[in-house]
Order: sequence, then C-alpha cells, then structure tokens
Amino acid sequence: MNADPTAWERRSVTLVVPPVQPRKLAKVPFVELADGRLQGVVSSGSDIGRVYVSFIAAGTHGFSCSTNNNRPCGGLYSSPCKHLHALAAEAIVQYGAGRVARYLRVDGADTVESGHDLIGRLNGGPEQGSAAVVFSRFLRHLSYLELPATSAPVAELHWFPSTGAVR
Amino acid sequence: MIEVQLGALNADLPPGVEEALDLVAAFDDALAGGLGRLSEQGARAVTCLAAAVAASPLGDRAVEAAEKVATGSVAGEHLTILAGARAALLGAVADALLARLDEALGRSRAPWREAAAGAAAAVPENLLAGARAWLHELAITGWRGVGHDLVAASDQAVETMLAEPALRRPAVLLDGLAAELRASSPVSTMEKLPARRWADLWTRALMLTQPGRLGAGDQGVPVSGRLLILGADVHEHATVVQVQVHGLLEPKEGGEPRLVRTAISATKVDTIVGPAVWGVLGDYPVLLGALARHLSLDLTDMPLLAGGDLLWDEGKAVTGALAAPFATARVQLAGALAPAGPPLDRHPVAIAEPVLVEGYKAAKVDGGIEFRLDGQAITVAADRLPGCGPLTPQLLATSTACLGLLRWDGRWLLQPLAVQSTVKRQPVAAHNGDWALGPTDPKVVKSLARSGDAVAVLRERAGRLLRK
Repeated sequence: MNADPTAWERRSVTLVVPPVQPRKLAKVPFVELADGRLQGVVSSGSDIGRVYVSFIAAGTHGFSCSTNNNRPCGGLYSSPCKHLHALAAEAIVQYGAGRVARYLRVDGADTVESGHDLIGRLNGGPEQGSAAVVFSRFLRHLSYLELPATSAPVAELHWFPSTGAVR
Repeated sequence: MIEVQLGALNADLPPGVEEALDLVAAFDDALAGGLGRLSEQGARAVTCLAAAVAASPLGDRAVEAAEKVATGSVAGEHLTILAGARAALLGAVADALLARLDEALGRSRAPWREAAAGAAAAVPENLLAGARAWLHELAITGWRGVGHDLVAASDQAVETMLAEPALRRPAVLLDGLAAELRASSPVSTMEKLPARRWADLWTRALMLTQPGRLGAGDQGVPVSGRLLILGADVHEHATVVQVQVHGLLEPKEGGEPRLVRTAISATKVDTIVGPAVWGVLGDYPVLLGALARHLSLDLTDMPLLAGGDLLWDEGKAVTGALAAPFATARVQLAGALAPAGPPLDRHPVAIAEPVLVEGYKAAKVDGGIEFRLDGQAITVAADRLPGCGPLTPQLLATSTACLGLLRWDGRWLLQPLAVQSTVKRQPVAAHNGDWALGPTDPKVVKSLARSGDAVAVLRERAGRLLRK
C-alpha cells in the first residue's frame, strides 16, 4: 500500500460532528437530531413546571407533541402546533437549516430557510408517540451539568480539539 | 524553533513508521467492514498486525487471537489482544516521532519511571463489562453496519460510567465516539469513513475498560515551586470541555525548569459552546485567573504525576507576579526538561510539545496557513483554534511570533496557543486563555449576552424537572 499518509481516512483528528451554534434556551431548552427524529422539549408558556415533548420523524415526517406526563397537546390537530414550530425554528438556529432539512429528508432540503418554511414542507401527519423516550433523553442531557468537574487529565480528549474559532 | 530544527523535523519519517502505519490502516479497513465476517484481505490484515508484535510480550497471544478471528470465531479476549497489538504499534510510532522531535529541537527528556501504585479505588467491574460488550459488538458488526439501534445500546453504559468519577476517562471517550456514530447513522450511507479515527477511539476505549486498568492510580509526588504558564490547549466535544495548561515549573529546590501540564475538565451540553464553556469550569478560579491575567502561580505540595501532569488543586496554588508567556518561552523553554508520557497514553495524537516560532512569514496555501522560515515551512493547524479564545485565522496570517504545540497527524503541524502580531502598527498578543474570566472583546461580549446564560437556564430546568 502506498496510500497518502495525510489522507482524510488516515487522520486521527478530524471533525466528524460540526459544533452547534449557541442560542437562547429559555423557550426550547433541548433540541436534538437523534434516533431518526428531530426531537426536543419546549417549555410551556403558562406553567413553569410543565414542558412539551415534540418530535418530527425523518422520512415519514410524522409528528407528535404531548406533555411530559403524556397528555396530548391541545394545539395539535392535523397540522403541527406552535411547539413544533418553535422546535423547528430553534433547531435551525442550532444546527443550520440545511442540516436539519437533510436529516428529516425534506424535498429540496438545501433551499429551506426558516422553521416555518420547514414545517410547510412536511408531508406527514400526527402520529402516536411516547414522550417518555425523548423526555428521558432530556433529563440525561440536563444531568451533564450536575456532574463534578475534575482535574484528573483525560488524555483521550487530544482526539477532540476545540474547533470553534470562525468569527 | 529555527530553520535548522524545522528542517530536521521535516526530514523523512523515522524508519519503520510508514510500514507500521500501513499495517494499522489495513486493520482499520478490516474493522470498518466488521471482524465478524472478514474478507480474505481483512483476514490478512489481522494476521499481519499480530505478526508485527510477535517479538513483543503480546507475541503468541496476538498470533493466536488473529488466527481465531481470521477463521470467524471472535471472542472478546481476542479483540482485546488485537486492540493491544494496534495500540503497541502506534505507541512505537509515537516513540519514534518524539525521539525525532527531541533530536531536532535538542530537547532533553526524562526517562519514564513507573509510579508506585497507590491505594486502588474500587471500580465497579460490571460497568466495564457493559462497555466492553458494546465495543465487541461494534467490532464484530463493523462501522459500516452501525445504525441507530447499535448506537443507542451504548446509552446505558455511558450514563452509568459518567456517574462514577473513577470512570470519567472511558465515559467521556465512549460518549464522544457514540455521538459521532449517532450523527453518522446509518453509517452505510457515508461516502468515506474516518477509519483511523474511529479505530483509534475504539482501541483506546477497549484499553481503558480492561479490568484492573483504572483505579490503582498514580497518586503523584508533591512538588513546590513557581509555575510559569506557556499556554492553554482546549479540548471539547458536545458533552465535555477540557483546558490543558502547558507551563514551566521552576522547582523550589532549584535545578532546571521542567515542562509540565495541568488539566481541568467538566461535562457540559452541546449548546454550551464558544466563550460560554469557561462557565462550567468555575470551580477553578485561581487557575483561570492566572490564565486570563498572565500571572505566575506559586505551588505548594501540588501532586505531580509520573507523566508530567500536575493534579491541579486550587488550595495548593496562589497567583504571583505578571509572567508573559512569550517572555517565559524566549528565556527558558529551550533549556527545560520534558517528561515522558505514560506508556498506555503513547500515540502520535498525544504528542503536544510546546515550541516558540519567530521570524517567519505566514503564507496562505490551499485554504490553510503555513509559516515559512527561510527554506523550511510548517503547516499551522488553523482548525484547532478554540471557539472560547481570541485567536483567529486572520490573526495568524498577520502574526510574527507564535507559541504553539508541535503535533503529528500524518505530518508535523503547529497548533497555536498564542500569537504576537501587529494591528494598526501596534504590537498585540492574543492567548487561548485570555477569556478564561470572560471575553474581553466587546463584540464577543455582546453575542454572548444575546444567547443568554445557557448554564443558568438549564440549571433552572434541571432544578424543576430532574429531582421529581
């Protein structure tokens, strides 16, 4: 073999997951592209102790919104509710429109501009889904901030350089 | 670093390195397709990898493991031995590269001395077994077979390991690998794979989750003296950030200054990025203050691990006088004594040697930047500028001096930690750690304020929802 030793496949340090953009978290504290869905948690506008768990499935575009106690969202009919709109809008801030649209396999993904635009191009309907899985991923997400910091060196992190400086 | 030194560094690779890397690459290709059903080529790759370490203590066991795997009967212990063989080869490559670096720079390095093992912390073996089972599954399936379900199977192991302080290293490693696989799932749709990278992470994870490997740790020996900071190297993936500070320790009892490092790390979430990451490291105000204000640190009985890492303890350090990193490097870096890394951590990626480069011309090539010193050049790792600091590609392009880390990833690279440059005829210096107490650039302060305090919002949510 005489492969180029500097080829991308033969590099130990390379960016696989692009870093996300910072955004205001108050309304939509959690958004992720995972398990074949755009999923997340939207804070209730009226009750600070309540959150809505919303998702849109990639490919089928089936969507769902319910409270963390599994009560269906009152605003969800044959079209997405305001929570799903908020989820889509914040996902686009966090990941960029192209990445979200491509993940959901929306037609003409690279021309999607806004959350509203994205929702308008979905061709699925409401689908039954359990809030439990997404909500537990959110709780797990929050638990990262509860763990103690440490000064024991983590040598493995040399594979993960910080790469954010594009200003 | 001067032209002659750079020339010596850039000369042909040390003998054997290319051959060793070819063996590793062939094994990595086999791992991409899965060790569970090897092609003829894959079987050969596994056999050749084992043959390469035949003269080492792994010898017979590696050959036997390769035979078993090549004939399709894959057991966990065989995979561990093969991962060990891969790690040993890359360790040898790292040793050869570091020897080349020391020779080129005239850097003296202390020999490795195994620390006396301290009291072993109890590590729940069942957690390690769970992680290993997932890693075995990955290897048997191969990267190309990875999908959402296989990635999700790691969640439980990662979550329970994160909760266990003694398992932080394997936990953040597995979390980082799983996040990349999740974002890439289904992997079969990827045009090309980061084969070396994922095989590296898989190998390390398997090494770190061996029974008895963690826990019986080096407790360090207490050292006292003055620590002069050279710069901060920032590591980050979605759920962790680590700041590793490189510096020179002037031992209280006298003698030559020693190159040392100290690292602080904290878990976080993906939406905490850019300058906001300093916010999760708030438990270390003394170290962050010294970074931001360019102060020296007076240490009293700070534990120093055998590999040259200070086990940072805020109670054992106080900030001292101003100490400009460029001045420290100009005066003392050339004569400092470097440490040898722990054998298990030896890998080309772990090479991070502080150097000062001056009197170069920055030139743009193929979208990147290189620094030219007369007839020699070194590529700048401009993709390693952290989002939490003031260094930018523009600053690099107009810089005249750079304090950085020499790295190797297929070739030698210079990772900047700080630069001196001239902006509007005024000399300016920018260091990675300048914003450790908060950004000093008004534009960045404003954009940080726009996105609000992510940590506070999430802590409020956690307080309300987590403990129900």
